[in-house]
Amino acid sequence: MAETKKTKATKAASTTGGVDTASNRAPKSQKAHVVNVGDEGGIGGKVSVTIDGKEIKVPLGTTILKAAEQMGIKIPTLCAHQDLCAAGLCRVCVVEVEGQYRLQASCAYPVTSPIKVHTHTRKVRKARRHIIDLMLRNHYGECYACVRNNNCELQTLAKEYGVDFFRFGRPAEPMFDIDSSSHSVIRDMNKCVLCRRCVRTCIDLQEVGVLEAINKGEDTEIGTFADKPLADVVCINCGQCINRCPTGALRANDPTDDVWNAIDDPTKHVVIQTAPAPRAAIGECFGLPAGNPLTFEMNTALRQCGFDKVFDTNFTADLTIIEEGTELIQRLYTALVAKKPVALPQFTSCSPGWVKYLEHFYPEYVPNLSSAKSPQQMFGAVIKTYYAQKAGIDPKDIVTVALMPCSAKKYECNRPEMTDSGFKDVDYGLTTRELAKMIKEAGIDLPACDKSDFDDPFGTATGSGVIFGATGGVMEAALRTVIELVCGIKVEDIFEHADIIPVRGMEGVKYAEIKIPKVGPVPPILSGLIKDWKWLDGVTVKVAVAHGTANAKKVMENIKAGGQLAGCHFIEFMGCPGGCIGGGGQPIPTSPAIREARARAIYAEDSAYPVRKSHENPAVLELYTNFFTEGPCSHKSHKLLHTHYTKRGKYIA
Amino acid sequence: MIKSYHEPLTFDQIKAGEGLKAALKMTRSEVIKAISDSGMRGRGGAGFPTGVKWNLCAAAAAPEKFVVCNADEGEPGTFKDRVLLAEYSDKVFEGMTIAGYAIGAKEGIIYLRAEYMYLRAELEAALAKRREDKLLGDKIKGAKEFSFDIRIQMGSGAYVCGEETALIESLEGHRGEPRNRPPFPVDTGFKGCPTSVNNVETFAWATCILAKGPKWFKELGTEKSAGLKLFSVSGDCDQPGIYEFPMGITVADLLVAVGGEGAKAVQIGGASGHCVPYWEFDRKICFEDVATGGSIIVFDFDRDMLEVAMNFMEFFCEESCGQCTPCRDGNSAILEGLEMLEEGVCSQSYLKELCELGETMQLASKCGLGQSSPNAFLSIVKNFKDELLGRGE
Ligand SMILES: Cc1cc2nc3c(=O)[nH]c(=O)nc-3n(C[C@H](O)[C@H](O)[C@H](O)COP(=O)(O)O)c2cc1C
Ligand code: SF4
Ligand code: SF4
Ligand code: SF4
Ligand code: SF4
Ligand code: FES
Repeated sequence: MAETKKTKATKAASTTGGVDTASNRAPKSQKAHVVNVGDEGGIGGKVSVTIDGKEIKVPLGTTILKAAEQMGIKIPTLCAHQDLCAAGLCRVCVVEVEGQYRLQASCAYPVTSPIKVHTHTRKVRKARRHIIDLMLRNHYGECYACVRNNNCELQTLAKEYGVDFFRFGRPAEPMFDIDSSSHSVIRDMNKCVLCRRCVRTCIDLQEVGVLEAINKGEDTEIGTFADKPLADVVCINCGQCINRCPTGALRANDPTDDVWNAIDDPTKHVVIQTAPAPRAAIGECFGLPAGNPLTFEMNTALRQCGFDKVFDTNFTADLTIIEEGTELIQRLYTALVAKKPVALPQFTSCSPGWVKYLEHFYPEYVPNLSSAKSPQQMFGAVIKTYYAQKAGIDPKDIVTVALMPCSAKKYECNRPEMTDSGFKDVDYGLTTRELAKMIKEAGIDLPACDKSDFDDPFGTATGSGVIFGATGGVMEAALRTVIELVCGIKVEDIFEHADIIPVRGMEGVKYAEIKIPKVGPVPPILSGLIKDWKWLDGVTVKVAVAHGTANAKKVMENIKAGGQLAGCHFIEFMGCPGGCIGGGGQPIPTSPAIREARARAIYAEDSAYPVRKSHENPAVLELYTNFFTEGPCSHKSHKLLHTHYTKRGKYIA
Repeated sequence: MIKSYHEPLTFDQIKAGEGLKAALKMTRSEVIKAISDSGMRGRGGAGFPTGVKWNLCAAAAAPEKFVVCNADEGEPGTFKDRVLLAEYSDKVFEGMTIAGYAIGAKEGIIYLRAEYMYLRAELEAALAKRREDKLLGDKIKGAKEFSFDIRIQMGSGAYVCGEETALIESLEGHRGEPRNRPPFPVDTGFKGCPTSVNNVETFAWATCILAKGPKWFKELGTEKSAGLKLFSVSGDCDQPGIYEFPMGITVADLLVAVGGEGAKAVQIGGASGHCVPYWEFDRKICFEDVATGGSIIVFDFDRDMLEVAMNFMEFFCEESCGQCTPCRDGNSAILEGLEMLEEGVCSQSYLKELCELGETMQLASKCGLGQSSPNAFLSIVKNFKDELLGRGE
């Protein structure tokens, strides 16, 4: 029986997907006071606060805003975000504290002694209205020509506070050029209200640090390193800043016009592949609460929009597992049996945000990245070769669109090396938000659509493909397959219902050890790889999972320092907090609760699939029988399904 | 040169080392009590009781504490700290050492305004001399177990860095932006440790108080604003310069002393202070009435008060750190309004609107800069409205 052991990798690594306020890099001016209370329940650990006449007891150091939330009292906010440290700088959330002449920012005011708070006195309402008027004074934009129309925090505030004229004026003309240099993120600083959520996202949540407030006074703006265009700095394209921008100042580079053009062009065969995370979240764009997957309704809607074929990216997720798993076995063999130098641990490569992060910040570890392409790019290559051949369509007439939860996928499909089919493997990366817009434009009520399945020849994939959407999913899928293929036993014999719980959940860094109990008869798909498998008997496979590049950084630093994680064999990294379900192309807003609901939807879907292991996917097996006939990691699969990376360092975009 | 209402100047009445010697004979809490009994309030502008500040710092349980001397002196019209550092730096160092002893700090840092770089060599020499004389460094003379040293760190050239939490950010190498308060520096300051940030002058008076006794100080000045104070006087007067006066001196008396009789208005407290019109010259300069960190700017009848207000607002538009909305955007809205007044296109109702905005800035800004930046504008509108209106053409 395999033993699993799950321990916290390092003390610092035990964050919960949000920000670890102890170690983040934002200056203290942008952090709220953290009061350390030993025992919340203990004497003196709680303090009473009265808000609008209602009293509540909260742990010492709770902010007024949090206390109000607990009581169901709404205080408007703008610069505050659940994923970020409190900045206290927009001042929209001001309240009156009895006995204090000045108003206090409720998001940044820790309650440390009993206080009485009033949230909507005349003074407060007037101040808030002034503050909103001041924001609009420097805001150049028209709501009806803005991606965030109807989902904009500034617009909502303006409405709630009855803004019916521009009290302190408004800009007559744009003040900034729009930066559309990036394949992924477009910056229109004319709409920026300087809440600095993007700054805190980039530096704290992601530990990248591309954005910073520059200049002072009225010249303050959000700038990039040396004021370069976003495409020329170390931006990893994760789009997390977009998801947390309250306005339309940051948006994804939107290809929907091109996609419509392709659909409308009768000579084009337009194929869409859909990743697992968008289906778990797109309902949110149609008013459904988070956690309501619309997989099969979406298939119908996509056909109604005019896509010729609807494929499931999970198919290539399963393919990735086979390729990446095989690569891992090869690396382990080289290290343990051939005793030759080889880069270990092997890092996953399916998250393009993570890949670019590594290329910039840890270029010396590029050899550790699995050479397997991401599922998106594998699919593009397979569609324009195998599928084109099979369907008898000239690949030059095929347009491949990838529905992704991710803005970095837009960059990935534009990487120059992603043309192995002889064409651009994936033509357009479309985000969940952009598809929702297309569906609305087509007048389709998505939640009311009939259900329909994915198209052949790839059919419905496995549950393993689905869970790629959540942090730990790739690892779980890989483990399911490796255990079964190598040990010749059922995963269910080890993990109830094949749910590998130790790698699930929102903990920032997860670590698990699984001992290979025996080596069974290896199935034909792998048996050609190496002759003897005995060496794996009794090996303890050590794996780790990290999501969000801030957590990735912790893992990398641990590895560099020769810590526990340096001893891992395989590490899953996802660029975004929560994994793909928290991707930069997902519906706005985002919060820990929303991401957890989406993850639950993903795991529920996995559970419902009849086939839940990648190596049991009949279409994958067929592909190896008919197309990649030499098997995984062979010459042909290397040409189409694998790639290489660039050691960029901090100065080469 | 500091001019005083009495001879010799207080700082000249005390011998070098006298204050520290007296302090080291007392216990730490006795030193704090002496400062508290003197009634001294911070000389940097906000007027927080120094004894209370030191006591909070002393009471905070922490392995490391710091004394920071705020020598950023950025308020337009103040130059008293510069003169103190140039002529009486020993009084300042001694006050810092006394503070270090009182709160239990081992390190003092002088945050020196970038423009005062030229003073640095002299200050370093003075510090070296004190080390030689065992008044600084390991095991200070006259104390059982007390080590304390002082280093100088140059400021970054922004007015807001004089605000104590922005100053600490800057000391730590960040962009100088004010922090959320609470926590206050006395609890979570430099490097997260309890830190007493005090003005240059505050330290100098602390030395005098220890040397001459708290009673001497307490008896000078007014009930709530004890002691003596340095004033930097500039503008339309015959003898601008630094003056020593007791707190509570009336504007009129001060004007007589500096040869500024016949002024139209006096700006008390620098750009962030209040503009007192000639018919209110009987007002007292102290925390109960019009407070100042030291800056006094005299305006005679030739001055255009609109221009005065515009100068101040231009200063704030530039010097706001740009962090919070009311200050970053409010100052420029007000300045724009003043420009409209200049062109004669600002309606009375819009002026009223701007005054209300000024009140919001006072109430809702994150730090003292935005909270006080509309003061001058508001007092000029209140007192000289007629002068502002009816322009253009
Ligand atoms: C914008 C701003 C600028 C300030 N500049 C200075 C300064 O240059 N020097 C100073 O001593 N205090 C300055 N202060 C006050 C300090 O924040 C702090 O109150 C003072 O250093 C405390 O010392 P004290 O208690 O001895 O007065 C400033 C405050 C604000 C809000
Ligand atoms: S950012 Fe918001 S307020 Fe501004 S134009 Fe867009 S929707 Fe309107
Ligand atoms: S996309 Fe990611 S890396 Fe780029 S600026 Fe935004 S948060 Fe930073
Ligand atoms: S770009 Fe968006 S998130 Fe960033 S400061 Fe501006 S409004 Fe805030
Ligand atoms: S009040 Fe002005 S200086 Fe102070 S934090 Fe706000 S913007 Fe910065
Ligand atoms: S939400 Fe509290 S200051 Fe912005």
